[in-house]
This record gives sequence, C-alpha cells and structure tokens, in this order.
Amino acid sequence: MKIHIKNGRLIDPASKTDKPLDVFVAAGRIVGVGDTPAGFEPNSVLDATGCIVCPGLVDLAARLREPGFEYRATLESEMAAAAAGGVTSLACPPDTDPVLDEPGLVEMLTHRARLPDFAHVHPVGALTVQLEGKALTEMAELAEAGCVAFGQANRAIVDTQVLLRAMMYAATFDFPVWLQAQDPFLARKGVAHDGEVAARLGLVGIPVAAETIALATILHLANETGARVHVTRISSAAGVDMIAAARAAGIEVTCDVAIHHLHLCEMDVGFFDAHARLDPPLRSQRDRDALRTALASGAINALCSDHTPVDDDGKQMPFDEAEVGATGRELLLPLTLKWAQEMKLPLVTALARVTSDPARILGVKAGRLVPGAAGDICVFDPVAEFKVSRENLKSQGKNTPFLGLEFPGRVRYTLIDGHLAFDGTLS
Amino acid sequence: MGAGNPQLNKHGELNHLLTIEGLPRDVLIRILDTAAPFSEVAEREVKKIPLLRGKSVFNLFFENSTRTRTTFEIAAKRLSADVINLNINTSSANKGETLLDTADNLAAMHADMFVVRHASSGAPYLIAQHMGATGRDHIHVVNAGDGRHAHPTQGLLDMYTIRHYKKDFSQLTVAIVGDVLHSRVARSQIHALTTLGVPEVRVIAPRTLLPTGIERLGVRVFNDMREGLRGVDVVMMLRLQNERMQGALLPSTQEYFKSWGLTPEKLALAKPDAIVMHPGPMNRGVEIDSAVADGGQAVILPQVTFGIAVRMAVMAMLAGNS
Repeated sequence: MKIHIKNGRLIDPASKTDKPLDVFVAAGRIVGVGDTPAGFEPNSVLDATGCIVCPGLVDLAARLREPGFEYRATLESEMAAAAAGGVTSLACPPDTDPVLDEPGLVEMLTHRARLPDFAHVHPVGALTVQLEGKALTEMAELAEAGCVAFGQANRAIVDTQVLLRAMMYAATFDFPVWLQAQDPFLARKGVAHDGEVAARLGLVGIPVAAETIALATILHLANETGARVHVTRISSAAGVDMIAAARAAGIEVTCDVAIHHLHLCEMDVGFFDAHARLDPPLRSQRDRDALRTALASGAINALCSDHTPVDDDGKQMPFDEAEVGATGRELLLPLTLKWAQEMKLPLVTALARVTSDPARILGVKAGRLVPGAAGDICVFDPVAEFKVSRENLKSQGKNTPFLGLEFPGRVRYTLIDGHLAFDGTLS
Repeated sequence: MGAGNPQLNKHGELNHLLTIEGLPRDVLIRILDTAAPFSEVAEREVKKIPLLRGKSVFNLFFENSTRTRTTFEIAAKRLSADVINLNINTSSANKGETLLDTADNLAAMHADMFVVRHASSGAPYLIAQHMGATGRDHIHVVNAGDGRHAHPTQGLLDMYTIRHYKKDFSQLTVAIVGDVLHSRVARSQIHALTTLGVPEVRVIAPRTLLPTGIERLGVRVFNDMREGLRGVDVVMMLRLQNERMQGALLPSTQEYFKSWGLTPEKLALAKPDAIVMHPGPMNRGVEIDSAVADGGQAVILPQVTFGIAVRMAVMAMLAGNS
C-alpha cells in the first residue's frame, strides 16, 4: 500500500520542521517527505488541505481495561478511540485484573493488540507482584514479553525498603521505573484537593504534601540507586519545583501531566460532579497555572490522556463513592491544541509534548516524521471543532468533565504502520 | 462543569433544599417567616394542618439518626402528609442496590418528597439531579444531613432560634465551637450567618478540627476558646464524636474539655445575655459542662421545638413551589 498525503502542513517536532510538505508512505514506513520519491506510484492519495500532518500521538497513560474490566471497555472500543484521536502508540498501566505481573498476561495482551487498525501497545509491567508493594516481579521476563517500563499505576509502595530494592533491581537492567507520587497516609480517604472547595463541600482533602513527600522519597531513592525514574501525573506547583531542583542536582528524572490537570482545577468539582473525581485530585488554580507553564518550558516532559474509561454506574454515585478517572484518549489532541493556543505556543513545541517527547520516555522509535520512520501519522484539521458528546466518543467510557464542550482539532486521518486506521472524512 | 444552583427552579424558587450556600437572603428570611405561625400549631389541641394532605414524604435515612428523623416525621405529620420511614443503613448496599436505584423505586411509588440523610457529602444532590434529568422535578429533595457537607434545616432552625432571642442579625458576634472539620452543621451555620448579615462569625477549635481554608468562608479563626468567646452574643457548640479520639486528632476527652469544653467560667467571657446553642445530642463533660447545658443561658430545648416549625415551613414551601 502506497499512500501520498498531499497539500498538508507538516509538523515534525523532533526535527523542528514546520512547513508545507507532502508525505509518502510505502510498506508501512515513511519513504519520502517533500518531493515525490522516484518511481512512487500511490495506491491512495489523502488530501490534507488545511490540515496539519504530524507524527501519530504517543499517549503515556491509556487504560485499555483488558483484561478484567471488559464491562468498562474493550480493546476494540479503546483502539477505535485511539485511532479516532490520532494516537498511534500508547503505554498502558498494569492495573488490570489480573494485574500485568506475569509474562503470559503481557504476551496475551500484546498479541491481542496486534491488529492493523490498532495503535502500538506498550505495556508498563507491574513493579511488584499484584501491585501490593511487597515482592518484586520478574522484570527481565516481563521486559522480554514486551514491557517497556515498570510501575505501580496509582498504587503506592508503602514500604520504602521495597521501593528502594525495586528501584535498585530495575536499575540493574536499566529498566525505567514509573511512579505516581502520592503518600498513601496523607491521601487516606481523600477524594479532593485539600483546599477551599473541599472545605466548602465537606469532602475529605488530599494535601499537596501528599505529593511532595512521596516525591521527595522517590527523588532521594532515584539519586541513591541511579534508577531511571519517570514521575506520572504530577499535580502541584510544588511538585514541579522539586523535579526541577532534582534535575538541576543531576538526578535523571522525567515527568508527565494529564490533560485534566492542565485544564481544570478544584473549582470544576462544582456541585459534586463525579466526573471530576480524579487521581491525583484537581488542585488549585495556581497549581494548574504552574503545570501549564512547566509543560510549555519542557520542565514537564509530556502530556498524557490518563484515559480511564468508567461505566455510568461507576460515576452515578455520591462523589466520594464514585469511581476514579475520566475518559480522555480522544481529547488528547484537542486539549493539546487548546493549551497551545492559550499559552501562545508554536505548534511544533506543543506537539512535541504528545509525540517525540513521550516517545523518548517510552524508549520506542515513534513520534518522528522523517524518511525511514514508521508510518504512524496523524492528519488533523486544527480549526474544525470536536464536540465532546456521548455519541462522538468512540471509547466505551463516556465519563469526562469536558462533556458537552467543543474544542478545535478534529482528526481527519490516522495511519498506523502505513495503514489507514481512521478516516474522518467518512463520519 | 457546574450548572446553576441546582436547588432553585427556573423561577428562582426553592425546588429542593440541599444547602444554605448560595441561597439568597430573602429565601432564608421567607423560610424563617413561614416557620413562625407553624410554631403555634403545636400549641393547638389538634396539632395538624392540611397543607400536605395526600402527599407522601419518604424519610430516606442511609445513616442512623433518631432525632432528626423524628423531627422530620413530626413536621410532615403535622402538615397531614403520609410519612414513610426507611432506615437503609448498609442493607441495600449489601444487596447491591445503588442509591439511585433506591430513589427510582421509591419515586415509582409516587413519592412527593424525599428527606435524605447520607454519610456521603453530596448524596442528596445526586438524587435531586437524577430526578431533574429524568423529568421528575416535582419530587422534592430535602437534605437532612450529608457527610460533612450540609445540614440546612439545622442551620435554619439555629437562625430561627437566634432571631427569636436576638431579633436582629446585623449587630451580632457569633462563635461556633468544636469539631468544624467533620461538621455539616457548622458549614450550614456559617453560610446562614454570613448570608443573613452577621458581621462577625468566629470558629473556635484546635487546628486538627478545622478544615483547610475555612477562613475563606468568611469566618475568623480562633484556637484559644477564651479569646474567641470574648464579647460574643451567641455560642453555638458542636457535637464531638467519641471516635475523634482515635486517629490522632485529639489526645483525650479530658484535654479537649479543658481547652474547648464550655464551662460557666468560659461562658462568663461572652456577653452577659449570650445564648448557648447545641444541635444535639450533647456529650456532657466533653464539649459542654452540665452547668451550662442546664443553665439559664442555654436555649437547646427551644432549638428542638423550633426545629419542627422550621422543617414544616421548608416542606410546605417546597410543596407550594411544585
């Protein structure tokens, strides 16, 4: 299959390219950019007039809910959502049921995910058995089965000695360790940011110190062990400062933020809107502003969807009983563009945070749009509005605090390995 | 992303009573004014008026409460409503029925009003929103206490009591003393007092029993009770539950009583005509000395009596706004 993407504006953050260039794809790879390669006879020509052609998006946190939670989402529904959202590579956290702590499970998942319309799945293996924070998993075996990193999803390792040893063991193989920074004691029973809104609504608060204390532990141990640490879902201004200080001190650490924390704050809990029940909690406006600035400067390395499909029953509950998380895969691109627009950022910088930068964290060859790279491409209309509605969302999870809103940025085509996985002109 | 105030209908009238926060002053005044004649009903030989005749009021209590449920029951019965009491506790949760399933089932039995007590903050909102979203806005929801969030009828009966004894809100200094952190009563009192124009609302508690950012609700924070009580017109005590002694919030009831228990000696720092209130049930010797609880400045039993009139007023107004 040879595809010619014509008349588009090519943005490749990795090479800092932003100009009108055609793209040529053959045998699953990009074979030319700009001039037509000699003898190239396309089977198909995709019109990208008025569109931006960029590398397919790389999402560092996208739950597939398989195995174990198929009533919330299936691989099919979530992969359709990925393609519709221009996401061509994704990392999935290990908090499935059973958790991804055995090579067989990882192999089954990656095997199931190996279909032409499906984004590349990069499982994050469990760092400890059952995510219980007690015993180490067989990381080398899990890596052979396809795990790109090891983490705990949202679950903390309470015992710091286990955390130290897990990081040491991972560092032995130079495996990246992905950790969410939240002290389980300070977060106990907490459901919202410990601030004005929680005080008013009578919700149990999670103080910022829950993040900074856990972060201090993680950063100290990273320094001690030399483990490659990636901090997931940073939520506070103080957390951002600590990571910057650690880097300045020579500690190798990366971090990401979720789309929700970039655009929302504690006020968006409104009158107990369970869609805003997220982990970590939405924090203050000041925190949100710091996250936006840090992502722009690159102090936060990547933006992710933290896609967590929850069925309606899980959200139709009192706020503190409702299930945690929001659907987000199809919102990653529109909310990246919205942030870029509001921050007056060049698109080549903004798109780096959802393409080349997360690809580097994942350690996979993705997020580039140059000859020789995989044919993972997203073609989107930056002006056309995407309305967030139950009907428009392909994910089985319709749970999002953005429901009912419209954002510019609609995907026209998604190519995965040079195969047209999504055609927005048909819908 | 929050819509408008979910307890008002499109004419700005009260359709549900979920919280005092955000309610206009004139709505609060109207409730208090409506309650006044109802307090006389209890003096009659036949303690009933037919305002809610033929209506079904469901007391939906997901959390134990004898006192509040009883006063709601009496209020509804004095308005001639049929009252059905459901103490759901955890039994429905064990059967796997969700809160909204329970509400739907009762709505199908032609309920006109739900009086809801729930351990989770916001639970009555969920029911009210669900009724609205399914075209059953004519079913009114009254919050009878949700988690730590609100207990609006308690807040209103407290305002009724204050108005009864002090007439004018605009000259008062009011102190709320005790476990503000866990108290839905305190939050409702604070919103009611600030909305009604009380110039100084104080909260007095150890720092472990104050929520972060409480001063943003318009209160002055005192940790020292003696300092906080100086010159106040009204002392509103809060109940301290015994389980607060676990979990490192407080060391002991003795130490709590010493620092924050209301004794005659501490009360003497308030104005000589200050009144003492308590939402009940009281823990004598923990937050309040018996000499104060039974003393001449306490208005704790009148609060209970006024509570019935205020709850009658709320139910009558909601039914009238159908």
